[in-house]
Amino acid sequence: MSSSFSVFRAGISFVMMCIFYTSAVDSPELSPQKFFSTLQPGKATLVYFCQPECPRTSVFLEELNEAAKPLQDYGISVAKVNCITEETSRYCGSEKDLMKAYLFRGNIPLREFPTDTLFDVDAIVAHVLFALLFNEVKYITTVGDLQNIENALKGKGNIAFSYVRAIGTPEHRAVMEAAFVYGTTYQFVLTTEIALLQSIGPEDIEYPHLYFFHCKPVLDLTQPCRRILMRQSLTTLNIHQFIKIMEAPLLTEVAGDPRQVSTVHLQLGLPLVFIVGQQATYEADRTTAEWVAWRLLGKAGVLLLLRYFKHGIETQVEFLALSHIDLLVFHVESTMNIEETGKYEDMEELNIDDEVEETVYRDRKRQLPLELTVELTEETFHETVTASDSIVLFYAGWQAVSMAFLQSYIDVAIKLKGTSTMLLARVNCADWSHVCTKQNVTEFPVVKMYKEGQNPVSYTGMLGTEDLLKFIQLNRISCPVNIMSVQEAEEYLNGELYKDLISYSSMSVLGLFSPAMTRAKEEFTEAGSYLKGYVTTGIYSEEDVLRLSSKYTVTLPALLLARHKEGKIESVPLVNVHVQDIVQIITNASLETFVKFNLKQDNLRPSEYIHVMGFYICSSLTLDSTFLAEVLPAQEWKPPLPAYDFLSMMDAAASEHLTRKVPECIKETDMQESDKEQPDDKSAITEESTGTLKMKHLSRSSWFEEAKKVLRHDNKEL
Amino acid sequence: MGLSAAAPLWGAPGLLLTIALHLALSLSPAQARAPVLRDYCVLGAGPAGLQMAYFLQRAGRDYMVFERAPGPGSFFTRYPRHRKLISINKRYTGKTNAEFNLRHDWNSLLSHDPRLLFRHYSDAYYPDASDMVRYLSDFAERLGLHVLYNTTIAHVTLNKDSGAWNGHYFILTDHRGQAYQCSVLLVATGLSVPNQVDFPGSEYVDGYESVSVDPKDFVGQNVLILGRGNSAFETAENIFSVTNFIHMLSRSRVRLSWATHYVGDLRAINNGLLDTYQLKSLDGLLESDLTDLAIVKDHKGKFHITLKLFMEAGNQSSDAIPLPQDNNDNFAMRVAYDRVIRCLGWKFDFSIFSKSLRLSSGSELSKKYPLVRASYESKGSRGLFILGTASHSVDYRKSAGGFIHGFRYTVRAVHRLLEQRHHGMAWPSTEHPITHLASAIIRRINEASGLYQMFSVLADVVLLKENATTFEYLEEFPMQMLAQLETITGRRARHGLFVINMEYGRNYSGPDKDVFFSDRSVGYMEDAWLSNFLHPVIYYYRHLPTEQEVRFRPAGWPLPRPSALHHVVEDFLTDWTAPVGHILPLRRFLENCLDTDLRSFYAESCFLFALTHQKLPPFCQQGYLRMQGLMGTESLRQHGVESGLLWDSATMGKRQGASDQQPGDHRPGGHPLAPGPPVSPFNSNKEEL
Repeated sequence: MSSSFSVFRAGISFVMMCIFYTSAVDSPELSPQKFFSTLQPGKATLVYFCQPECPRTSVFLEELNEAAKPLQDYGISVAKVNCITEETSRYCGSEKDLMKAYLFRGNIPLREFPTDTLFDVDAIVAHVLFALLFNEVKYITTVGDLQNIENALKGKGNIAFSYVRAIGTPEHRAVMEAAFVYGTTYQFVLTTEIALLQSIGPEDIEYPHLYFFHCKPVLDLTQPCRRILMRQSLTTLNIHQFIKIMEAPLLTEVAGDPRQVSTVHLQLGLPLVFIVGQQATYEADRTTAEWVAWRLLGKAGVLLLLRYFKHGIETQVEFLALSHIDLLVFHVESTMNIEETGKYEDMEELNIDDEVEETVYRDRKRQLPLELTVELTEETFHETVTASDSIVLFYAGWQAVSMAFLQSYIDVAIKLKGTSTMLLARVNCADWSHVCTKQNVTEFPVVKMYKEGQNPVSYTGMLGTEDLLKFIQLNRISCPVNIMSVQEAEEYLNGELYKDLISYSSMSVLGLFSPAMTRAKEEFTEAGSYLKGYVTTGIYSEEDVLRLSSKYTVTLPALLLARHKEGKIESVPLVNVHVQDIVQIITNASLETFVKFNLKQDNLRPSEYIHVMGFYICSSLTLDSTFLAEVLPAQEWKPPLPAYDFLSMMDAAASEHLTRKVPECIKETDMQESDKEQPDDKSAITEESTGTLKMKHLSRSSWFEEAKKVLRHDNKEL
Repeated sequence: MGLSAAAPLWGAPGLLLTIALHLALSLSPAQARAPVLRDYCVLGAGPAGLQMAYFLQRAGRDYMVFERAPGPGSFFTRYPRHRKLISINKRYTGKTNAEFNLRHDWNSLLSHDPRLLFRHYSDAYYPDASDMVRYLSDFAERLGLHVLYNTTIAHVTLNKDSGAWNGHYFILTDHRGQAYQCSVLLVATGLSVPNQVDFPGSEYVDGYESVSVDPKDFVGQNVLILGRGNSAFETAENIFSVTNFIHMLSRSRVRLSWATHYVGDLRAINNGLLDTYQLKSLDGLLESDLTDLAIVKDHKGKFHITLKLFMEAGNQSSDAIPLPQDNNDNFAMRVAYDRVIRCLGWKFDFSIFSKSLRLSSGSELSKKYPLVRASYESKGSRGLFILGTASHSVDYRKSAGGFIHGFRYTVRAVHRLLEQRHHGMAWPSTEHPITHLASAIIRRINEASGLYQMFSVLADVVLLKENATTFEYLEEFPMQMLAQLETITGRRARHGLFVINMEYGRNYSGPDKDVFFSDRSVGYMEDAWLSNFLHPVIYYYRHLPTEQEVRFRPAGWPLPRPSALHHVVEDFLTDWTAPVGHILPLRRFLENCLDTDLRSFYAESCFLFALTHQKLPPFCQQGYLRMQGLMGTESLRQHGVESGLLWDSATMGKRQGASDQQPGDHRPGGHPLAPGPPVSPFNSNKEEL
């Protein structure tokens, strides 16, 4: 009965094919009038109107011819109409738009397509279906649209949401073809906006995606729909399979022999996961199984197998006794992408990617003249720093940054050799941990200056020879220097007073105060001591201070900034300023020297200008403004550095290890345990694991393969 | 006061004796004195009690230590009987780092005074117990600790008072009837009661605590030793050269500390008898449950082993009791013994604690210890902490919490907890910019002694601040209390955290394991997770785990499943400072967890970054942009250029050379100075964790 029926059906389709064949594909070129007479009501037709002089063959016509066949499958006929001069039709148009195709339903025109949108078969099919399925496929552009559709369908139906890069791509065609079949069952939603996809998930957004939103089971409107991503590429077949899987029941309950179970998953080549449960724990088992099923949706079918204790399982069924559901999910995923797991092997060679670490490492065999600095120990530290003014470098022998700086420090020692009263010392905190902790040094490197009767001062400048040298030299004079006479002040300002220091400090600051301005003097003195080692500062507050202030035309209190290289002296009045403000003024003034490199200031916005000013320019680069204008709006900087993922290695090992055919005698207990997910059902198994572990670290790279070999070996023994 | 404290006891039968004693004391004239008030009371002036006293003293707290004996460390005046401590006194390590050296100094207590290191008290690797006594009394004296000697606390009870720190006061009554009212009670009384097994004939047995230590007393004798711990082997070691043979009987198989990595198991220094047993020199080891046994003394005064079962069935005439060899003529212990010695260890003395304290004993495995939380606070009453050897239930047979070199750190942890709870002093921590994270971890895993000795019990915790730009580093936190970290430490853990722990490989240690198998050591960093020997493991959590997650963590895990995990590969020298093998993988792990770059850069590279990117690596942000960049010397620059990591400014100089020499001369169109890729070689695909 049934066989005869199928024969009958085949016959019908054959007949239909014949009809289509004759009526459309190689249809003789009709004249417009003839064509309109052939149009059947309700039937869709794609028509190309051709001017009489139009070429008989063109790329478009070839594509159109090819598209005729797939379009027939959707009941759409294709026709080419010759516009004969006598028979004018508005569709024939003028010569300019000779390349246009029209879509009719019955004799009503639905849409017109410029032929350049119909560039190939995929585009033709996609566009035609897209136009016809206007109601079934919603095209959206914003997250809000998606949200609205989702909300509207909650409790009612499911959504197939897809992103394609553009309309008319093969992926678009695939989605439209799927929509043709499933459009009435599911709401299809389409977007070409990548932002929409980004809002949905962290997936790699370069590729077209299809998500299936399970909205029907969502009864609470505040709950989101579960979204399942289709992992395969967007082809008609894949989408069809994916939707089939989504349609299949989430969880099937079976009893009896698992070998005789067949579900849509098995037919589609996906693994089946049987979760063995008991009547007694049915509720809990079902909850667990449902949870697993959601996790594995699209990857494997999940079945709940009740009271199955029969012997004689064949080889196709793997039993897993797993301690954690994550392991199960991991196992299924890893069996799916076994090729991908090879990525661990790429990690074999790790090279140092840290320039400081690498340079120090490469330099490790060089002997530094460390004897130029005094090495301090727990016993000698206190004695040394109290006996003489000293600079102490705290570093750690294993830390690259401090070892790099140690070299600069030694350079300073070389330059100062025999000239300085300052003792250069160092403490290796890797050896003298307690010394460093007591000096409140918990990070490296740190430079501190110890002077008799003063609290130790931490150096906060650049970690380099020049800057540290400057710090040490400028620290020789008190800060601020008390200037005693106008003449001395002039010498101070023109650089003669501290000639030897001018090479270190290109600017001298002089604070001018009348003797009564005690508070302002205090503030300035504090700012001066704060800047000690970075800028030379002096203070003058004798009775005849007005002589200076009138010379430089400034009201008291004021700062005089002497730039020795330029030979310029600027004056800045101080009005109600506090320590921080004074420090800021002086720091900014000393930074201004950088403006001299060739920035075209008018080309830079003020914010960028400040941005650039803040940097310490370390090399002798001369930058031109075009360069800056091009480069500044660059993207955020991101590190792409791989690391070992030990957690998933452990998972992989655990999952590999626990995957085994269970011997008949212990099967029952194991199965019960697995379904109850007892956290410590490993005890029996882990006992043996030392053997496996032993094997694994023999091989450097392919531990994964090795583990599998071991496993196979295990199986043989069992 | 004493009377009112005793009042609730009237109803309790079985405590009549205590009450009678109490009454007698109450009625003595001394009782007229008012109770002494203390914030902290410490019971016992042994190592743990003194260690706690030290921390309380340094913090300026109101405390008192009570000691029964006239001096500190009274346990060591008597034990070990043969006077040799098996805690190592390693004076030479080749290193000067004092913190590191504590890893190998098992006898010193923690203090700021370098003179109070045990190596100044003994030259012996296994020091004499009397040196320990001397050390402890120096420790108490030199630091001026408040210890009340010759004061036996006879009874401890609880007095509810809503005004008290913990809702109740602990009332201690000494042998003179003087009462002390304490807000917090710290019990450091150790294990003082010898373990005894009750079986017929147990009265014939010599106890370890009283047996002769003179080998002459054992010449030509057949000796049976009950027990298989260090005291049993120590006793055997002393006499096995003069006895006929020694048989050693216990319930479980021998656990060797080198196989279990647990210092409380049999140490090699005492195991001479294993040699003689395995070399068939008449000595031997047997396993049997002692509670099934019976000892029968025959008319010659010799001892025979039989089963309790047989005793119950038969009459009382000693020579007529059936022996196992009557039926089974090759029974192993059919020989008659001259002496039976009991060496079964000690247990905690619960007797002075009133029931109101609800101080109960631990589970089957750790019955000899009082039950405590992982914070060492009694489960029964808040404010009652167990310190020292008695607190070992937390890590019994796992870590070193029952020994000086372990509990000196757990005592410190308890003290830190108390400082936060009662004085608002948050757990000490240091705060650093994120670029110092790898260094902070490397430093600790290379020198920290608390982490090393109390592995998998105390762990360092890194609390990340918002946006992970800075972090706080907390040392030696009891890791089982991780869920309660915020209340215990007074620090916030809202933005993720790292836990730094030391671990042995799983399934590596154990009494039945072969720890010398040929591939036991792991050298490759990608196999670090298979490391067997003690090595650092770093757990990353995006959120503080909950109490549930800690309790129901996967079997064999010290902590719940983290978001990401890193093993630093084990090292033969326990020196984890190798740039490629240790530091690099660790840094990569941290970078992946935090999604940031923790590399260090020279100022030059930072400068290039600053011109080409809006966001700079943290190292440049925190150093260079604050004018604290790293300049580097010429030779280092050369290496950098050779390695390809550093931009070659020589070639760059050539390209820019013209404008360099002639300032103001702009090249037409500008020079497209490619944003030099100091990072481009690493644009490889990032592996998601």
